[in-house]
Amino acid sequence: MTEQAKPQVPALEGWFTMDSDKPHLLGSQCTSCGTYYFPQQKNFCKNPSCDGEEFNEVPLSRTGKLWSFTNASYKPPAPFIADDPFVPYTIAAVELDKEKMVVLGQAVTGVDVSDLKAGMEMELVLETLFEDDESEKLTWKWKPVSV
Amino acid sequence: MSNEIAVIGVGMHPWGKWGKNFVEYGVKAARDAIKDAGIDWKDVGFVSGAATMRCGYPGYVAGATFAQALGWQGAEVNTSYAACASGSQALAAARAKILSGETEVALVIGADTTPKGFLAPQGGERPDDPDWVRFRLGITNPTYFALYARRRMEIYGDTQDDFALVKVKNAEHGFTNPYARYKKKFTAEDVAASAMVADPLRLMDVCATSDGGAALIVCSEAYAKKIGKADAVKVSAISTVTPTYASSVIEMPEMATDSGAVVEAQSFRAALPMKAYEEAGVGPEDVSLAEVYDLSTALELDWMEDLRLCERGAAAAMLRAGDTKLGGRLPINTSGGLACFGEAVPAQALSQVCELTWQLRGQAGDRQVENAKVGITANQGLFGHGSSVILTK
Ligand SMILES: [Zn+2]
Repeated sequence: MTEQAKPQVPALEGWFTMDSDKPHLLGSQCTSCGTYYFPQQKNFCKNPSCDGEEFNEVPLSRTGKLWSFTNASYKPPAPFIADDPFVPYTIAAVELDKEKMVVLGQAVTGVDVSDLKAGMEMELVLETLFEDDESEKLTWKWKPVSV
Repeated sequence: MSNEIAVIGVGMHPWGKWGKNFVEYGVKAARDAIKDAGIDWKDVGFVSGAATMRCGYPGYVAGATFAQALGWQGAEVNTSYAACASGSQALAAARAKILSGETEVALVIGADTTPKGFLAPQGGERPDDPDWVRFRLGITNPTYFALYARRRMEIYGDTQDDFALVKVKNAEHGFTNPYARYKKKFTAEDVAASAMVADPLRLMDVCATSDGGAALIVCSEAYAKKIGKADAVKVSAISTVTPTYASSVIEMPEMATDSGAVVEAQSFRAALPMKAYEEAGVGPEDVSLAEVYDLSTALELDWMEDLRLCERGAAAAMLRAGDTKLGGRLPINTSGGLACFGEAVPAQALSQVCELTWQLRGQAGDRQVENAKVGITANQGLFGHGSSVILTK
């Protein structure tokens, strides 16, 4: 096989940096009250005590503590694009310390529910979500720092 | 002036997968409620319908649909949609109409026919829709309930056996309920043998979707007195508060919570009953029984703590001690809950009120809680909807 490597593109445009070494989720921060948003809020602040309308794009902390976790034993419906046969995957909810925000994502391939424990330090990595004829679509996933 | 209204009639259509038009279920429930109230359909001045989004245009205008099916008689109509809290919101609309003096008697009604197969978001590439995004990334509905369940295991030491025990208890409760869909005394072994859906939740830990219908006849206290029902069960509180920023718990369909960096994060579920207790002038210590939205077995334990029926983390101990089963000191989901019914969205919050009404009247048969005086409901749906209703004797 001499197939050329497909280009790697984000599965969701503008949700994270494509830095393969140290990727960050891209959030926004209200310039008035300082609260964070993921996905990015760009028009109006949702803090009921704030009338802010300006936001800076900010990279969110790329590590946090595991809040909870689960897996997907069954193939989700579309728009999920599954391998055939479907391979179950693990899901992590990670609490970012500075932003005080819990962010969901799949856990990196090879990490099982039995490998996880609440409070574990987790870091953000990029992995393929699916591929089509043109490209590999990458997404963020959570990986235990200790692995 | 009292803010209470009376529940003088209740009725339900059995939950199941009957495949009939939702209007049939609603009309059957309404006729039972009218008969139970001992009034004439033409005495009803306001029809408050809970909408269904799954049955086309008649479902969007449920109030009018049911009024027509029962026979147009000039009553004013209204339709409420508030996801899983639609029934409570329809009840709140009826209460406002009654307390303002605009009408004396109202029919509150909700029914649903569920489609076959999975509910999935609309097609296409729609990255601006959080519901589309989370399915693309592999985050389904059971994901959220499994995360809450696992969190309990990690923080409080709950076990999968505890979650199975909720199912076993509710199956026992619903066993003799004529309106329940599943009438089988499942065992812990049955639960353990069912397929894993989202670890730690198995198929029998999560509720199904069902067809069903429920209806209430509610009226002013003066009207209840006039027709000789001064001692009818009262609706003492209805809370349909929305969340307060910032959310502390990850909620469907979001990929992240709000940020608690500058505003303290708080739990929506815990906020829901606070207004209800305050409005009714009762506290958790007064509660005789509760009907809570057990979308998963583990969620019933969360609700017990959110309703402050026990300390945070103590729900499983109460369950293990038998306190929450019939005959225990604080029975939860005496109807059998969603575990035995499956979810029929616009009818579910009303079916909770039906169960509490039967219990407070002493008409719950094999399920009767002795000396029941105060009952509370709780449920939560998508997009900041939820409700908690308190009924008193
Ligand atoms: Zn702001």
